[in-house]
Amino acid sequence: MDFLISNVHISPVYLVVIGFVIGLLGGFFGVGGSFLAGPGLFAVGVPMNFVVGTDLAHIVGKSIVAAKKHRALGNVDIKLGTLMVVGTIAGVEAGAQLIQYLKHKANVDLVVGICFVLVLLSISTFMAWEGWRTTQRRRNEAGSSKASNRGRGSKADDSAFDHIAQRIHRIKLPPMIRLPESGIERISLWAILLVAFVGGFFSGFLGGGAGYIRMPSMVYFLGIPTHIAVGTDLFEIMISASYGTFTHAIKGNVDILIALVMHTGAAIGAQIGATATSYFAGPRIRLAFVPLPLIGAAIIIYGLMTGHHAK
Amino acid sequence: MRIGSLRGNLTKRHQGMDGKGKDSVVSILIEVVVYAALVVAYFFLVLHFLGGWLMDLYQRDKRVYAIAALFLIICQGVLLETVTTALLRWIRSRVD
Repeated sequence: MDFLISNVHISPVYLVVIGFVIGLLGGFFGVGGSFLAGPGLFAVGVPMNFVVGTDLAHIVGKSIVAAKKHRALGNVDIKLGTLMVVGTIAGVEAGAQLIQYLKHKANVDLVVGICFVLVLLSISTFMAWEGWRTTQRRRNEAGSSKASNRGRGSKADDSAFDHIAQRIHRIKLPPMIRLPESGIERISLWAILLVAFVGGFFSGFLGGGAGYIRMPSMVYFLGIPTHIAVGTDLFEIMISASYGTFTHAIKGNVDILIALVMHTGAAIGAQIGATATSYFAGPRIRLAFVPLPLIGAAIIIYGLMTGHHAK
Repeated sequence: MRIGSLRGNLTKRHQGMDGKGKDSVVSILIEVVVYAALVVAYFFLVLHFLGGWLMDLYQRDKRVYAIAALFLIICQGVLLETVTTALLRWIRSRVD
C-alpha cells in the first residue's frame, strides 16, 4: 500500500500486526508503546520526523479505546488524570527546551540515547526487585494468615514501597486534595503536579508518552493502586498525545493514513490487553512489565552502536 | 462426609473455571477472525479512498489537515471501540 504523505510503500498487514502488539501491551500496562512503534516504523523506511508525529496520532486512537475500556472497569480516576495533564504539558515543554539546548551544545543523539538507556534499565531493575519482594511478602502473609486474605480479589494491591507513598501523603503543602476513586484521603496537589511534570519532562526529552516512567511513579510515589494507575495514565496520555498530534500535524510530521491503519490492529489488541488486567494482581502486572523497558533499552543500544536513530 | 463434599465442590469449581477460561479464549479467537474480515472491508471501502483527499489537504492547508487528522483518529477510536465491544458481547452470548 502506498502512503503518499510520507512517500513510503508499506504492507498494511505489517502495520496492523505492529498495532496489535502495541495495543495489547498498552491495554495491559497502560503504556503508549512508542519504544516499539517508533523503531517498527523506522525499520520500514518511514522518515524520522513522520515516525514521531504518526506514532503520537496512533497513540491518541489507541488510548481512547483502552481508556474507555479501563473506565468501564472502574480503573480511571478522572480528577487525578485531569490534574496530571497540567503538569505533563509543562514538563513536555521543559523537556523539549532541553533538547533544543543540547542541539547547540552537545551530541544530542548520544546524550538522549544514554539517558534513555539508563532510565529504562533503572526502571526495569527497580520494578523487578520491588515486584518480587511484594510477591514474596504476600506469599509469606498468605502462609501465616490465610483467613485475613479472604476476600482479596485480583485487584487487591500493595507494594513493598508503600511507606514512600505514605510519607508523601503526610506532606502538608496546600492545597490538599482528596482522590476518593484512588482511595487517597489527602495529598498535596504539588506532589501530583511534580510526578506529572517529571513524566512530561521525559516525554518531551525522550519522546513518546513516557508511560514507562509515569505509571510506576504513580504507584510508588502517589500510592495509586496499579490498576487505577494504568487506566489513569492512558486517560492522561490520550489528552497529551492529542496536543502533540495537533502540533506535529501542523508542522507536516503526521501521516494520518499510517496511523489509521496501525490503529485498526491496536483497537482489538487494546481490548484484549485491558480485559486481561482483570485476571492479574498488581504485583504480577508490575513483574510482567519488567522486560518492556529492557526491549526499549536494547533497541536504543543497537541504534547507538549502528548509527541508526532508534527513537 | 464433610471433607468429601468440600472436595467435590472444589473440583466442580475448578472445572467451571477451566470451562470459563476456554470459552474466553474461543470468544476472543472468533472476535479476532470476524474483526479481521471487517478491517479488510474497511481498508478497501474507506481508507483506500481517503488517501487522495488527505494528500490534497496536506499539500493545501496544514492547519485544516491537522484538525482533520485528529478528528479522523478520534472518530476511528470511538467507532472501533464500539465495534469490538459489541462484537465481543455478541460472540460471548453465542458461546455461552
